[in-house]
Parts: sequence; structure tokens; C-alpha cells
Amino acid sequence: MTEEQVQQIVIDIINEIAPDEDTSNLDPAVSLRDQMDLDSMDFLDIVMELRKQHGIEVPEADYPQLASLASCGSYLTPLFNAK
Amino acid sequence: MATSSLNHERFEVAIIGAGMAGLAAGIRLAIAGKKVIILERHNASGGLNSFYSIDGRKYDVGLHALTNYVPRGTKGAPLTKLLRQLRIPYDALDLSPQIQSRIAFPDCELKFTNDFQYFESQVAERFPQQIDGFKKLVHDIRELDAFALNTPQASARQRVQDYIQDPLLEDMLFCPVMYYGSATEHDMDYSQFAIMFRSLFFEGFARPFAGVRTIIKLLQDKYRSLGGIRKMKCGVQSILHNGKQASGLLLDSGDCIYADKIISTAGLLETYQLFEQPAENSVQRHIGQLSFTETITALDQSPQDFGWNDTIVFFNTRERFHYGRVEDQLVDPTSGVLCFPNNYQYGEGRSLNEGLLRVTAMANYQQWCALDEAGYLAQKDYWYDALQKVALSLLPIPKTGFSLQEHTLARDVFTPRTVRKFTGHLNGAIYGASHKVKDGRTPLDNLFLAGTDQGFLGIVGALMSGISMANLHGLSGTHSA
Repeated sequence: MTEEQVQQIVIDIINEIAPDEDTSNLDPAVSLRDQMDLDSMDFLDIVMELRKQHGIEVPEADYPQLASLASCGSYLTPLFNAK
Repeated sequence: MATSSLNHERFEVAIIGAGMAGLAAGIRLAIAGKKVIILERHNASGGLNSFYSIDGRKYDVGLHALTNYVPRGTKGAPLTKLLRQLRIPYDALDLSPQIQSRIAFPDCELKFTNDFQYFESQVAERFPQQIDGFKKLVHDIRELDAFALNTPQASARQRVQDYIQDPLLEDMLFCPVMYYGSATEHDMDYSQFAIMFRSLFFEGFARPFAGVRTIIKLLQDKYRSLGGIRKMKCGVQSILHNGKQASGLLLDSGDCIYADKIISTAGLLETYQLFEQPAENSVQRHIGQLSFTETITALDQSPQDFGWNDTIVFFNTRERFHYGRVEDQLVDPTSGVLCFPNNYQYGEGRSLNEGLLRVTAMANYQQWCALDEAGYLAQKDYWYDALQKVALSLLPIPKTGFSLQEHTLARDVFTPRTVRKFTGHLNGAIYGASHKVKDGRTPLDNLFLAGTDQGFLGIVGALMSGISMANLHGLSGTHSA
């Protein structure tokens, strides 16, 4: 799986948990929170859906790795590929 | 499924109480795929915010108004956040905003709508000397991180007095805020004050067209669709534990279930009693002392036909507003709340089929409980009449010789006894104990509090409490094992 594919998985999850947010023009390098109205409770849901839908466990200490789409890609891709 | 089949079943989380907080917590845990059960002693969900029927007419308990109202898509607002967390679409709530409310004191009145500027202009007009202080107070409330779980308690009266010198304005600000959520007498915690102030004045009031039933049904349906289990008429007798950890629940039926974690919305002291720990003095001291009575009148015409256009009226007829236990009578009729559920902007062609007037005032739980059945009914009649008299004194008179009775289709009174029945709160304490446990922790490692005694009040607050306690204690850190 490529980093782009993993980024798309994250975007799909955001569309599901925050249907009122526009995810069409996100800049991968910029933090998600700066581009959308997401708070810590929403990040908890992203982690929850990664676990439920994809069996990916993100320990609490690693939550900061999910800050931007780019960091999601580089952090999560090895986890997806290690499955 | 018969209750007996639950015997010895194991759940990841068991929730005590199917009120707003319990249902919201259940939804969060079910979304996460947890095996979760909600146990409710009563036969209806909703807790304080429920409804009952007499002669086919449904009466709401609680819910005069949903506070924290914001239009769809408002960023960062509690209502927006909680709907997202519960994955319930905004439009499903079918909310209509209020028309106009007021705070009515002797010789002074402040009107407010869901537009805060209007309220500020009212304060400026009535209290020109105080408006600068008021604006500073508003700024302070806006900036406060009131939802922080570790904020130390502070007196709201003292903080407000730093900005407002006129006791009349001070009391007029406290009256609605206290009526809609203070579990403490005379004063309240400043962050609670700020939360309530925002929810009433910065945000505002709305109501689902069908009342509280809409909200309860949405929550129940969502929870059920996620596979959550809910058992009604299923009281909890005690929490099984070894002094450090809870292991399960003994039910009134004699069955027991096992749970890795328990979230109790029963109340602080009510929960302590379930694990047989003799309540510490500090907890005992905090039993809530504030209970309410409420009259409901169904009218043959819309309130607006009588010239009654208010949505809510917070009133006080004394020189100083007194928010505290009622000492030597059944009801204190000198302050309270009027509510006209008809007076929301339901839109063209939508109106409730009957007029409704609700009058709420503080009441003494012990005295209501001490009455025998005949006395209870007689006192309900007496206080019904007394409270309508107060209500009519605050409203324009439609015409000379007007008689409310001639327009009354049905009426009911609920008392602190009713509150006790619906909430299970000791003393029928409407807003629970005077001490709140913001982090939800108890002496048992895996038993947590949510709901009224965790400290977020109002319907939105209760939902937020269930969500945040489920997130904090039910979801984080559970998957590491």
C-alpha cells in the first residue's frame, strides 16, 4: 500500500465521522486541525475507525503522528504494510 | 429476551441509567464496538428529561428548552460537537429556535433572544452604569476554559461582583442560570456559571417540535442500531467489588452480570450506596437540597391568542432573588420559571395542537413526601392554583374577567416525589448533589460517574458528560491489552 492510498483511507474516515467538513482540497503538509474544525474527540474517532475498519492500533503516545495527511501517510503506511 | 437470560453474562461496559448521559455513553461505546449494556430501573428512558401520559396526553418532564442552540454547521459549538460524536445528523433533532424570553423582577425586566447583542442592548438600556462591567464579565466568560476537568472551584457570585456592582443586575443574571442548572444553593461554581451562561445567552433556546421524545427516540434508535443492549425495569441493587475493583452488578431480580467497566449515572451518593461504602461525611454533606414542582396546563387556544408571546420567563417577586432550599412550606412561589412550549419558531403551518403553560418553582422534598395520599392530592390542587396566580400576575391580561380555568383542557402537577421517581436522585434533587466529580472517578478503579453529578448540566451537558466519560474511561487505553 502506498502513502497516497493510506492518506485516502484517512480522508474517507474523516468524511465518515465529520460529514460536514470539506475534505476536497486538503494540503497534506498542513495540520488537519488548521484546515478543518477537528478536535481531540474527533482524533479519537479517527483512531477508533482505524482500529475497527483496518485493525490498526495507534497507541496514545503516537497520536501526534496523525497531525497532517503527510504525517499520517508516513506513520501509518508501514503499519498497514506490516499486517 | 427475558431478564433471566442475562444472568452471569459478561459485558465490556455496563451503564447504570438510560438518561441522556447513559444513552450518549452507550452510543459512544457501541460505536467503538464494545459489548455494552444499559440498565434502567424505570420503564421509560430519559431520566429527568422524560415524559409521561395521562388520558392520552403526553407531558414532558424536564426540557423547557434545549439550551446551547446553534444553527446547523456552527463550528466548535457543543451541540455541533456532540452530534458529530453521536453520529446523529443535525436535522434529525428537528429544532426550532425560541421567539423571545425574559427575566422578570419587580420593576425591572430584561428580554433576550438567541441573538446575544439584543440581550446586551437590554442590559445597556436598563443598567447604563453597569454595561462596561457587564461587557468585561462577558469577555471573561467567553475566554474561560470552562470545560477543563481540573479547574478549581470558585465562587461565581464573587467573580460576578468583580464586574457588576448593582445587586439587581447580579440577581437577574443568576436567576436563569441557576434555575437551569445549579445544584448548589445561593451561589455556584464559576465554571458552571460560565457554561450555563454561554448555553443560555451566547447560544440559546430551541425545542424539537415533538418535545423531548424526539431526542430520546433518536438516542435509543441510534444505540439499538449499533447493537447496544438496553434493559428497562431493571434496577441495580448493588455493585459487586473487592474494595479496589468492581466486577459486576447485582440486579433487583437477583441476577448478576459481570462487567470490565461500569459507568454509573445514578448520582454521586446514589452510586456510593450501591457499593455499600458508608458514605464519607464529605459526600453525605453534598446531598442535593433543591427540588422543583411544576404545573402543566393544556389550553384550548394558543398562548399567543391570549397575548402571551414569551418562550420562557424567569421570574422573581422578592427584593433579592433567593435560590435555596424551601424551609417551611411545600413550595416557594416567589421565584420560578414559566414556559410556553408553543412559542418556538416552528415554521409556517406547524403549531402544537394545544396551548401549553408550564410553571416551575422550588419545592421541599421532605414535606411533599410526608403527605398522605389525600393530603398530597389536596396540596397539588392548592399549589396549582397558587402558581397559576403568580403566572398570571406576570403576563398581560387578555381581557377583563379572563379565567384561565375556562380555557383549561387538562392540568397536572409534578412534585419532588415525581422527580425522585424519574431520576432516582436522593431528596428528589433535580440537579443532583452539590459536589461534582468532574473526572468521573470513584474509589473503585473501574467504576466511573457520568451525568448530573459529573457536572455538565442541561440536556446538552448531560449528553456531553456521557460522551466525555465514555471517551475518557471507556475508550482510551483499553485496547493496549
